[in-house]
Amino acid sequence: MEQPEQDVVEQTVSTRLPRLETTVKASSTTPGTTIFDVSNVSIYYGAFKAVTDVSLPIYEHEVTAFIGSSGSGKSTVLRALNRMNDLVPGARLEGTMTYRDADLYGRGVSATAVRRRIGMVFQKPNPFPKSIYDNVAYGPRINGQRNKAKLDEIVERSLRGAALWDEVKNRLRQSGLALSGGQAQRLCIARTIAVEPDVVLMDEPASALDPIATLAVEDLIRELKQNYTIVIVTHNMQQATRISDRTAFFSVLTDAKNDTRTGVLVEHGPTQQIFEDPQDSRTQAYVTGRIG
Amino acid sequence: MQADPATPAGSASHLSPRRPFGDRAFQVLALASGLLVLVILVLIAITMSQQSTQWFTTAGWSGIFSIDWDPANNKFGALTFVYGTVITSVIAIVVAYPVSMGVSLLLTEVVPRRWSQPIVYVIDLLAVVPSVVWGLWGFLVLNPWLQTIYAHVASAVNGIWILGNLFGPLNGNYVSGESFFTAGLVLAIMITPIVTSLSREVMATVPSTDKEGAYALGATRWEMIRGVVWPHSQVGIVGATLLGLGRAMGETIAVALVVGASPTISSHLFVPGYTMPAVIALQFGEATVGEFRAALIGMGVLLFALTIIVNLSARGVVGRNARRMRGTA
Amino acid sequence: MTATTPHQVDLREPSGWRRAKNQFATGAMWFTFLCLLVPLGFVLVTVIAKGASAISWQFLTNGTIPPNILPANVGGMGAAVIGTLEITGFAAVMAIPLGILGAVYINEYGGNRPLSRLISFLSDVMTGVPSIVMGLFVFTIWVLHFGYSGLAGSFSLACLMLPIVIRSSYEMLRLVPNHLREASYALGATKARVTLTVVLPTAVGGIVSGALLAIARAAGETAPLIFTILTVEATNPDLFHGADTALSTQIFTNATQPYTGATDRAWGSALTLIAIAFILMIVARLVTARFNRYPR
Repeated sequence: MEQPEQDVVEQTVSTRLPRLETTVKASSTTPGTTIFDVSNVSIYYGAFKAVTDVSLPIYEHEVTAFIGSSGSGKSTVLRALNRMNDLVPGARLEGTMTYRDADLYGRGVSATAVRRRIGMVFQKPNPFPKSIYDNVAYGPRINGQRNKAKLDEIVERSLRGAALWDEVKNRLRQSGLALSGGQAQRLCIARTIAVEPDVVLMDEPASALDPIATLAVEDLIRELKQNYTIVIVTHNMQQATRISDRTAFFSVLTDAKNDTRTGVLVEHGPTQQIFEDPQDSRTQAYVTGRIG
Repeated sequence: MQADPATPAGSASHLSPRRPFGDRAFQVLALASGLLVLVILVLIAITMSQQSTQWFTTAGWSGIFSIDWDPANNKFGALTFVYGTVITSVIAIVVAYPVSMGVSLLLTEVVPRRWSQPIVYVIDLLAVVPSVVWGLWGFLVLNPWLQTIYAHVASAVNGIWILGNLFGPLNGNYVSGESFFTAGLVLAIMITPIVTSLSREVMATVPSTDKEGAYALGATRWEMIRGVVWPHSQVGIVGATLLGLGRAMGETIAVALVVGASPTISSHLFVPGYTMPAVIALQFGEATVGEFRAALIGMGVLLFALTIIVNLSARGVVGRNARRMRGTA
Repeated sequence: MTATTPHQVDLREPSGWRRAKNQFATGAMWFTFLCLLVPLGFVLVTVIAKGASAISWQFLTNGTIPPNILPANVGGMGAAVIGTLEITGFAAVMAIPLGILGAVYINEYGGNRPLSRLISFLSDVMTGVPSIVMGLFVFTIWVLHFGYSGLAGSFSLACLMLPIVIRSSYEMLRLVPNHLREASYALGATKARVTLTVVLPTAVGGIVSGALLAIARAAGETAPLIFTILTVEATNPDLFHGADTALSTQIFTNATQPYTGATDRAWGSALTLIAIAFILMIVARLVTARFNRYPR
């Protein structure tokens, strides 16, 4: 570790990285089933190469965090995992991305079927202009579930799973738009888990929320990973240390000659290792706060 | 302070609050132009009501809304024309609404932006065809062609409950190409462009985050449209449809040429009828007698009032929706 | 990695029912587009087919409209062409400057004041007033006192065009970014000068295009002219006195005539009228495209 350059700085910055306060078990547990296998993936938007040569595994029942500065491609890779990039005209993927050994971008694969299994929660809570009940029931309904009793059960189960049931159980008919930020986000989480997906992707789910709501969502994520696999993009490193088992660090690669920028995956591994003992100097620079 | 309008206000050596004459004159001119709208609308209401008082006073309310239209015998009941206006406009809306919705959704959700130009061109071309050309084509080409179709349909549904009353033949075997239904069809063609373009604007305001939310749950495009685009756009679409209704009610020339010019009240749609604007246009030349002319102008007043009410409701609905959207944005 | 889907995860299309509904919906939407294409194609093909045979230089310029019984190659509709151009032209001369000034008032001077909002609201309402009402209005207020004339026709068309020009000009003025105005004020310009030298030139593309479309609409109008010009059969070069004629009213009168000569002339006039309207529309689009080349 380098010595800090000034005495003044020495008082406020320790030369060692702080001891991680996490409730995450040490990363010595062997990873379970591989859910996603991303292999040499590059993603283009038209002629622009947003992300270059990304390879990493995602394991079952873990929380994997994508961290890195803006423009490094974290959200792009996340959205590729459930084919949401298809909605952008000109988006294209090279390389292989498999989900439980099935090629996500293979012939005959239906994006709709993919998204049924791999759900997504967005940065800004986006409840539909419907009642709370109808928001959660939307997914099951489009999958053919019409039985009122079953729907009631699913709605309750999902709202409980999102730690929102007690707060809204008496006003299920109220509009989803009337909820506060934190509640609305939990409603969106409830909506996502109502279709019983396998994986839940989260794109900075707490960045639009106040600190109290953020902690509530983080608690929820820790609960959810028992039943789902979670991949979360976050700008907040403390959040990553609090809730994730594994972390992947992305960075921006600038090509001064051609004046292009593209995202690259620098390093990935157990969270504790990334933060306490990073292998790459860029990772170290980022997690110690010197850049990004 | 110089009155030279070419000299900007602040360039005087002292700061004088008086503005140059040219600047004031321009403002007055602009205000006057704006007020022109107000003046014209008020004048329309006043002068036309004046010219039609003879009708109102002579016939009274019962006379105005009677079925009896017989100028030769001084009978000027307008009910048949009101009926015709309403029926043809309703048919126009019923036909135009699904077509407009389909094309709007096509443009906003299905077709990529780059390729939407040809479709927009078709809509613009439809809008620019003059109504007299629609009328000419309707009278000389569409009416005869539709007559044979109507005959087939009418004989097929003759006697069937409700369908027979609407589309069956009148008095045994009478159907006519010139009819309420044809007028409604031509009106539908003419109002589709405006309903479509207004609906498109409304649908474009649906926030894409909601759409992504639906897709992320594994919805197909149709399910996303039903669950997200539709609820968001409902109110605006109602406004757009009302505006289309207003246009249909006021349309004169195309209707005059295809509706058959026969004052009728009938549930059968394949028979000739008459509408308020059509009778005004077609009979005005013969209306030199006082009450006759007053009656026609009076119907013009009715039409004016009716279209203003419909327009106001449309604006009210759309305005409320715009405010709601801004509030939640 | 394998490209085949292995047995444990099936990522194929959702159940047939949902996919079928989706495809049916998409097909239905394309069908509605077809419903638009068919009448448009039908009417254009008919007008071109039937009208082309009547069109000739003589048709477009000969000033005397012969009696209906004579076939189409006798005489011509020149009187009506001139009538349409004159009447619509004069209406444009009246309505366009006034409309632009009205929009200038609403957007630049009126702000949020009640009068300005009222005028904006009323001009929207006025766009919905049927054209026949405008014709009746000018009849009662002008023709009854001064007789039929091309001028009266122009008035009625101008009343029709005014709210359309106000509305479209207003939308264009609104799009002019405020910082352009502020830069001009900062240089010491008066409001009139700012408007005339900065705002209007910036918006001119959209304003011109909107004005052209309003003219196209007015050129095709018939109902307002019925009550104001009293269609005659010869050229009347004097716009201000005496009855006049126009293409639209000629078509209207000829449409119901039993003589083929009359209907042929009607088709020819219809083709001419559509051509005029289309040309105006195309020019409007070109203007928009040219002024959008350099977005501000």
